Amino acid sequence: MSAALPPLSSHDPVGPGHRVTLGETLPLKLDCGLDLGPYQIAYTTYGHLNAEKSNAILICHALTMDQHVANTHPVTGKPGWWLTAVGPGKIIDTDRFFVICANVLGGCMGSSGPAETDPATGKPYGLRFPVITIRDMVNAQAMLLDHLGIHQLFCVIGGSMGGMQVLQWAASYPERVFSAIPIACAAKHSAQNIAFHEVGRQAIYADPQWHQGDYFDHDTIPRAGLAVARMAAHITYLSEAALHRKFGRNLQNRERITYGFETEFQVESYLLHQGSSFVERFDANSYLYITRAMDYFDLAAQAGGNLANAFQGTKTRFCVVSFTSDWLFPTSESKEIVRALNAAAANVSFVEIETDKGHDAFLLDEPVMFATLKGFLDGCAEQRGLNGSQT
Amino acid sequence: MTNSAPIKDVAHKDIRRDLLMIAEMVAPQSRLLDVGCGDGSLLEYLAHEKQVDGRGIEIRQSGVNACVARGLSVIQGDADTDLPDYPDAAFDYVVLSLTLQATRNPRKVLHEMLRIGRRAIVSFPNFAYWRVRLQLMFGGRMPMTAALDDPWYETQNIHLCTIQDFDELCARDGFIVEQRIAVDGHGNRNGWKLQGAAANWFGAQAVYVLHRR
Repeated sequence: MSAALPPLSSHDPVGPGHRVTLGETLPLKLDCGLDLGPYQIAYTTYGHLNAEKSNAILICHALTMDQHVANTHPVTGKPGWWLTAVGPGKIIDTDRFFVICANVLGGCMGSSGPAETDPATGKPYGLRFPVITIRDMVNAQAMLLDHLGIHQLFCVIGGSMGGMQVLQWAASYPERVFSAIPIACAAKHSAQNIAFHEVGRQAIYADPQWHQGDYFDHDTIPRAGLAVARMAAHITYLSEAALHRKFGRNLQNRERITYGFETEFQVESYLLHQGSSFVERFDANSYLYITRAMDYFDLAAQAGGNLANAFQGTKTRFCVVSFTSDWLFPTSESKEIVRALNAAAANVSFVEIETDKGHDAFLLDEPVMFATLKGFLDGCAEQRGLNGSQT
Repeated sequence: MTNSAPIKDVAHKDIRRDLLMIAEMVAPQSRLLDVGCGDGSLLEYLAHEKQVDGRGIEIRQSGVNACVARGLSVIQGDADTDLPDYPDAAFDYVVLSLTLQATRNPRKVLHEMLRIGRRAIVSFPNFAYWRVRLQLMFGGRMPMTAALDDPWYETQNIHLCTIQDFDELCARDGFIVEQRIAVDGHGNRNGWKLQGAAANWFGAQAVYVLHRR
């Protein structure tokens, strides 16, 4: 199957890749009890699917990422968010693997979400879009794979919310997942993480431009609220050590403090930039829906309160990765996943990567992580018989 | 290919002699957990030579990372705390090589090994080895040998025992000794067959294969 990308069109806000309408005959049964269908999923692919359809890797993206893993982002013009790991000859080698990444359900880069037009009203859904969960996102991706004719994925990989999707994939569709790499994530969203999300949501609600989610009707967006949400969240993606190394107490464009409320410190300026650039590419209602989906995630609760039950009898090979300085999804959360997988007698590897870069380390060039992923993927490829066709 | 034989030789040479002895005791295509697997050389050897489905636990993160990068299934963990996570009879063998004496609760570790594995393979340095006895008796200092190579203030070994001690624990707790091999200071077991008191005098290390009654 050829996966040549259509040329980037400046008129298409979704950017390169594809968009497919799913759920036309059978709607998606959402956890909230509603049916969704038809719905759209926007996705990118890289590399080529082999004849046996056994070399597909699904990348699940994090909260504020999208499907533009390894191509220039159509809105920001920046390189793909995981260009360090995905490409010809890289860890996720697009010369060997057929790589797929779909914008999550509820997202704002072409998949159905609150910013898309509600066919019933001809207006953006806003808060009339049904509340979705991580499992709904995964079920939508499974329908995309059906559409692509891929029964089993060689690997599902993702960090943060992407890791939650990886775990959900392994639990919901064990026979469709040969190997799974959940990075910097947890089997449930902690009280502290729900609390951080609620701060972000309250910032959006408090913005008068939000208009109960109907800001498009008023030809505006809740810039200030979404920017504050992003600023608060961004702190949790870093670490004290990383912030200190980057900024210390350095002053912004001044020699000494001025005893006022302009931007005094470099770290303030950095956060303001993070906030203001985010609002240009992300929909505020999408942010509400996706943070909510993460809050609801609790894999053990799906399995009668025992996380090991979620993986009973699994044949999937797991590689769980955490980072020492990640305080959003600390190593203890990954160890809980590993304990449950051991209790289910699953095939599991676990590495904790030593880094001071915090939660976002999964997006960065971490040589030890890459060596680990390469070793794991090579081992799995051998098991799956993918090395034979290599020259 | 002409160059496949030398590569295999290198793999053979890399494995420690005591690990090779353990590897010989393992049946092909079995399921095995190596507790304290280090850099994974036993697991890799068994995977290639005997198609063993192996898993590892290693306390040092650098060791774990090296293992996973070699394509082995290894997690960071600890014999004392992490064995209870595994279900009963999950493995054909649970291996603990030269680590028992460094655990906080060796008796509990042995019980856990025999709960999650049908057989346990345990090796440990013998504290009744003649060099150890002589050093303590005539030197008046904590012994240091090839198997006990750290000074007392740096050693991880907090529960050293002798072959006789271990035999008594096995009898008391109902572990059946299926096989027992004592090796001399050169790692040889072929010179003479070490049995009974001789094993306790002349065995520098012992390897046991245990199963439950």
